[in-house]
Parts: sequence; C-alpha cells; structure tokens
Amino acid sequence: MSGFSLSAPVLNRIGPKLSPRLRPVVLGAILPVGLLIGWQAIVSAKLAPSYMVPSPADVVLRLQMEFYGGTFWLDVGSSLSRVLRGFAIGSAFGLAAGLALGLSRIAEGLFGPLFMAYRQVALFAWVPLLSMWFGGGETGKLAFVSLSAFAPVVVNTWRASRAIPEKLRELAAVLTFGRLDYLWLIALPGALPGIVTGLRTALIYAWIATVGAELFLDIAPGLGGRLNEGRDKFEVDLMLVALLLLAGLGMVFSRAAAFAESWLLRWRTR
Amino acid sequence: MNLDIRAFEFGQAAVSRDPVLEIDHVSKRFHVAGRVVQALADISLAVEDGAFVAIVGASGCGKSTLLRLILGLDTDYEGEIRLDGQRVRRPGLDRGMVFQDHRLLPWLTVEGNVAVALRRSRLSSAEKKRLVAEHLELVGLSGFARAWPAQLSGGMSQRVAIARALVNRPRFLLLDEPLGALDALTRLRLQDELARIVRHERSTAILVTHDVDEAVFLADRVVVLRPNPGRIARVVDVTLGARRDRSDPAFVLLRDEVLDLLGVRDRISGPQPSIRGTQQNE
Repeated sequence: MSGFSLSAPVLNRIGPKLSPRLRPVVLGAILPVGLLIGWQAIVSAKLAPSYMVPSPADVVLRLQMEFYGGTFWLDVGSSLSRVLRGFAIGSAFGLAAGLALGLSRIAEGLFGPLFMAYRQVALFAWVPLLSMWFGGGETGKLAFVSLSAFAPVVVNTWRASRAIPEKLRELAAVLTFGRLDYLWLIALPGALPGIVTGLRTALIYAWIATVGAELFLDIAPGLGGRLNEGRDKFEVDLMLVALLLLAGLGMVFSRAAAFAESWLLRWRTR
Repeated sequence: MNLDIRAFEFGQAAVSRDPVLEIDHVSKRFHVAGRVVQALADISLAVEDGAFVAIVGASGCGKSTLLRLILGLDTDYEGEIRLDGQRVRRPGLDRGMVFQDHRLLPWLTVEGNVAVALRRSRLSSAEKKRLVAEHLELVGLSGFARAWPAQLSGGMSQRVAIARALVNRPRFLLLDEPLGALDALTRLRLQDELARIVRHERSTAILVTHDVDEAVFLADRVVVLRPNPGRIARVVDVTLGARRDRSDPAFVLLRDEVLDLLGVRDRISGPQPSIRGTQQNE
C-alpha cells in the first residue's frame, strides 16, 4: 500500500542478484542519487554561482547548524503541531458532517448543495478572509489548516456512508438495532475504507496548508517561515534545507497513514 | 402436523396445540415501474410450535416476500400475520433470520458477528459470551472464533450466519434459501447439520427454498407455492421419521409428489417401477 508498485518480472530484470526486499529500495534510490551527483557536478563545474546553487555539503552543514545551534527544533515542532492540530479539528468536523450527509436524507438535502458550492472555492482563496476574521497569528493559521482538512474528509465520508448496502440496513432491522448500534456497528466500519482515504488526503492537504499558512500569514516559528526568511536573506541553503525537511516529514506522514490504514482495514485482506 | 389449511380457515381446533404463527389471508402487491404486480394472493397458513415448515416454489412465486412479511420488514400488505396471536408490526428478537448471502459484517470477527445479534438483549456480558461460545460450538466453528469473515469458506460463513440467527434463542428460525449459494457437497453436509441444529434448539423453523430435496429432507410440512400471483398450491405433510435417507423410496415418492405440484415431474426418472425395484433389492 505504499503508493506505487512494479510487477515482479520488471524488477527481476533490474537486479537478479538482489534480494526481493532490497530491489525496490535500490530502484527507488537511483534517481535521488543521480540528482545528487548531477547537483554536485553543476557545483564542481561552476555552472552556477554558489549563492544560487550551494553544494550538497553546504546544505548538510546548514542542516546540522540549524539543528544544533539554530531554531530548527522549534520550527519543526511548530509546523508539526499546526498540521496535527489542524488535521484533528478539521477531520473531526469533517467526519461528523460527512456521516450526517451520508446517513440522513434531510441533512443531505439541507447541506449538500451548500457544501458543493463551498468546494468550488479554491482553498487559498479563504486565506484573506480567514486572516481578517481570525488574524494572521496562530488562530488564523489553525483555522486555515482545519478548513483544508475538512473538505476531503467530508467528501469521502459522505460518499462511503451513503453507499452502505441496503442488505446491511435490512440486517440491522432484523437484529433490531437502534440508531447508535447502526452507526457504530455498520455505518462507521462500513464507510471506513472511504473515511480512511479521506483522512489520508486530508493529512496531505493539511500539510500543504500548514506551509501555505506559514508563508502567507504572520511570521512565526515554522518551516514555512524559514523559507520566507531564506528568500529575504538570500540564503538558498536554508531554503533547500527547509524543502528537504518538508518532503521528509511528508513522507513520514504518508508512511504512518499507510500503516494506520492497513491496521484499521485489517479485516479486508489475508 | 395434521392441521391443514382448511381446518384453520374454518376456525376449528384440529390439533391440541394452538398455532404459534398464523398467516391469515395475506395478499401483497408491489408497484414496479408503474405497474402493479401481485406477489402474494390470499395466503393462509398456520404453523404450530416446534414445526419445521418448508416453502418451495419457482423463483418469483413470492416465497422470500412472505418471509420478509413474517420478519416484519414490510408491513404494507392485506390480511394479517400473527405470532402468538399478536399482529407482526416490526422485526423482533423472537425471530432469527438466515439470508441466502451470509451477510456477515466483514469488519467483525466470527465471534463478533455472532455477538451482534445479542446487542439488544438484556443478558449480562458473561452470559452473552457463554451463548456465543455455545453457538459457535453448535455449528462446529469454535476454533475460528477470532477469524475474519474474509478468511472463511462459503459453508463456514453460512454456519456463522446460522449461529448468529440462533444465539438469541429465537422462537422462530426463518431461513431464506440459506444453502442456495453453496456447492452441492457443502449443501448436503449443511442440510444434515441444519436438521441436527434445529432439533437441538427446538425452534419453529420456516425454510424458503427452491430445492425440493432439501425441503423434504428437513421439513415436517412442505408448502408448495405457485407463481403469478404467489399462492398455495398444496401443503404436503412429510410423514418420514426424524432420520431421513434421501434414497429411501418413501422419500423419493414425496419428493416426486412435490415436484409434480411444481410442474417439473417429467425431468425425474420413471416413478413406480424404479421404486419397486429398490424395494425388491432390500
């Protein structure tokens, strides 16, 4: 469930002597290593001025410096806290709204059209309004991240809970389930595959929105803020370090989400 | 067992036991694409406590519809269905149901799937646990309590569904072609088990099936439905003992009689001579 996979025959041709577990790792590393070599080559050949393209070694040095002597722990911590809090708030509301839309025809009739209209507005179009209402500080940032996590959870939960088969509703009737029993034992787990997809998408959106909020709203500790700082001070190495960290943390999120998904939906396979 | 419909219609007490399930002049219409389809026409049937009644008929004769009405899933019909004299208004835990598809919840383990049927019961959790274990034992799946439905075969899944239907100790066990989706071998084996299980639980069982062998093998009475509109052609009493042999001449005769009523007799091998032959061999 790690996003992409290659069929075995193709992989066999690539490295017949490698163990099957190692093969995808090696294959996946080819391009990053190639990029690194190309980057170093550009620097060594002096094809670009070093203030525009610092060497890989410089970037590693900057990373070390930022963590040991700088504020990177605080920056990474602040960004992480923003994304997780925003994700939690947005997806909690999204889950409730999505279940209401999917399980109640009245709620769907009432809120469905409004929600579809809201979906047409690009996420970043909310930034000016939210910053007016909630300010450019922590509250405004959190509001934006929450809002970005909200929509994908709503859409997927709505669709999935609406698609609960009639046969299971009949079963619930035969077992004389009340509304709560139905929600807890049938609707929620039945919609879980869709909900998990929504949550994973929401996590990605929230991460993007976190960086967006840090870039466009008030300066505060955070990786987005450091990107701004890098541009203002013309420190390309700082910007590259921040970008690498954004990518790395995003990968960690997506791995954790994939792991959570396979545990939550463990009843599906085997 | 010898209470027939006419006796019921005239309100005579033909047997000492009162019927626990009464289907009283039930008719049911559906509106399909602007047309009215008569699914059931004037069905009357009385079932006494502990009886095993099979309802057979070609597909479309309304036999599954009748079960839905007994369950209380649909109350929009003419006539009346009574359980212990009370009109059926909604589903209740006094009726356990096994569907043709096992309809297990894939996100619950085997024991979880059986336990959901006890969700609305007032028993203590220790008592519920004991009942679940006991019924898994009854269907021979004690070793699979923690398995997921996705790991089970079709026959095993249907056993879990049977355990789920029985765990409440329902007075009525309703079976809607419970073995219809299984392969022939598994079906035979589960028919034996079903006979044993129902005898053990002493429920009143209503089995809907299109398998005449299954009906004659399991039931005390076979209700033969004719389609368009669904109506009772005849009620055949099965006067065989508790242990039934599918190749016993008496069994074959009864089966042929039911097949006759369904209008599919020609496909069965010649009637009397072959039976005589078997008897002579014994």
